[in-house]
Amino acid sequence: MTPYILCTVLFMIGLYGVIAKKNLVKIVIGLIIMEYAVNLMLILIGYRKGGGAPIVTDPANAVREAAGFVDPLPQALIVTSIVIGLGFTAIIIAMCLRLYEKYGTFDILQIRRLKG
Amino acid sequence: MNSEHLLPLFVAVPLSIAFLLPLVGLINERLAPAFAAFATVALFVMSLNVIGAGELLYAVGGWQPPFGICLVGDALSYLFLLMIATVSLLIIVFSFAYMKRYTAGPRFYCLFLLMITGMNGVVISGDLFNIYVFLEIASFASYALVAFGIDREELEASFKYLVLGGIGSSFILFGIALMYSVTGTLNLADMSRCIIAMENKTMLGFISALFLTGFGLKAALVPFHAWLPDAHPSAPAPISAMLSGLLIKTLGVYALVRIFFNVIGVGQMLSTAMIVLGILSMVIGAVLAIGQWDFKRMLAYSSISQIGYIVFAFGLGTPLAYIGALFHLLNHAVFKSLLFLCSGSVEYATGTRDLRRLGGLWKKMPITSATCTIGALAISGMPPLGGFFSKLIIAVAAVQAVNHLGPIAYIYAAITVAVSFLTIVYFVKLQKMALFGETPQALESVREVPASMWGSLVMLAILCLAFGLHFPWFIERLIEPASEILVGRGDYIIKVLGSL
Repeated sequence: MTPYILCTVLFMIGLYGVIAKKNLVKIVIGLIIMEYAVNLMLILIGYRKGGGAPIVTDPANAVREAAGFVDPLPQALIVTSIVIGLGFTAIIIAMCLRLYEKYGTFDILQIRRLKG
Repeated sequence: MNSEHLLPLFVAVPLSIAFLLPLVGLINERLAPAFAAFATVALFVMSLNVIGAGELLYAVGGWQPPFGICLVGDALSYLFLLMIATVSLLIIVFSFAYMKRYTAGPRFYCLFLLMITGMNGVVISGDLFNIYVFLEIASFASYALVAFGIDREELEASFKYLVLGGIGSSFILFGIALMYSVTGTLNLADMSRCIIAMENKTMLGFISALFLTGFGLKAALVPFHAWLPDAHPSAPAPISAMLSGLLIKTLGVYALVRIFFNVIGVGQMLSTAMIVLGILSMVIGAVLAIGQWDFKRMLAYSSISQIGYIVFAFGLGTPLAYIGALFHLLNHAVFKSLLFLCSGSVEYATGTRDLRRLGGLWKKMPITSATCTIGALAISGMPPLGGFFSKLIIAVAAVQAVNHLGPIAYIYAAITVAVSFLTIVYFVKLQKMALFGETPQALESVREVPASMWGSLVMLAILCLAFGLHFPWFIERLIEPASEILVGRGDYIIKVLGSL
């Protein structure tokens, strides 16, 4: 249970960064922390103490062997989610650079042409 | 070819053409719109085909569910597929002329098709993680499209949208991770079976809250709505129409409803949460819309208000309310895209969206004004247009809900009627400021937009009329089968897995 709670705490730290920070780059870092907290959580769900790599070496005993594996599905999921995260980071950094070109600052208090 | 092989094509066709488009653009920029239009026509024909074919199940790679990835087609999915195909086809016809003002046409159509890919994928996926992946594809395309003008406001709106969208996605993925840890599967039907058999359901409350926040951010329900009034007006008009008409419904409302009704199961607490969020969105969206002076910003707030109607009706939890919600969803897709395209026409012809600088367009742009009036009448719920019947069904369902919610349901019904009145107020303001009155000097030389633009406006206006005049037919053929999917969890499990 403790790792789950720690992941939630990490997630909340990221959320705090997004909400409280005034710098575009720090907001982006907050978003990345949130995403990594979720990835960590996913990998911990599939973890088993002393579990082996999920590769069947002896097809006749596949079921007995599988009992000693870590769960491979979350690993497949986080590979996908890391790639999605990469895309997200790329697009948001590109947006930050464009904003810096236009406004000459990373401070969100000075980037407010649109109101609520 | 069997009909179930059509299901993966709903993702494959727009995806492959989207990747071809930048290459086509290198050869000849003018070919790109034709390719994109071909893709949407193909999707439209395919969606008409699957509706006739009944319920379909496609196991990707031959791995039967609950193992592997499966695509599920049922009446609810078909309603969305048909809606996406029809509206995006008309929007793409509109953008032929409109997008000539922007550079990088092939990339626009590429992102446009990627967005359709993502939405179709969300709708037909029978697997929770795939819903997330397709949702991200559609969101990424929309982030880029909101910033398409690369001016100060577009970039700022897109950044806001990116941050809130990113938070939403993280919440959804967090929910999916917890869902996997309590059920040990990702297949929606298998998950639902596990949850029915589960004894300790405390974790589900937390997961529901995560999903409600995540999908609420995507659907722009009221405490999570801050990005929408910036993002939707900043995008080019065809994209505003896509975002308001289709994206918030598919990524937000559809995913929310599919997961809550078919997988987790809606309890007392969840339905109350949906009713409260719905009413908040309805009232606050409408009140804020009245004060707006920007044509598109007013429409964006109105979208928040109408999404509120839909979520509220789903929260009521009676079969009649589901019919009302789904019919309103279909209606809203049509009249909100019509209104956003009208705002695009007005901007195309006059160069401004500020209501204070517009006026007297009725004499200069008769077709745009007529279609805009039909859209405004439909959204404010004037008989005999579609919006009247869907709002009437929702109000009647709210009164009937007295049986299980107690007398407070009368107040809910009164609020739906009152918000409908507020809708009339801001659309009267829009009509009066933009279409009637004196024509300002600056707008003397304004002309009607090209035929390819008003053509799709007229088509959408005809759809608005058809939904109103012929509504029993649409409800019987499209809405009722879709609403039956939401009533029981058992049928969905049997359909996908073969047994309970």
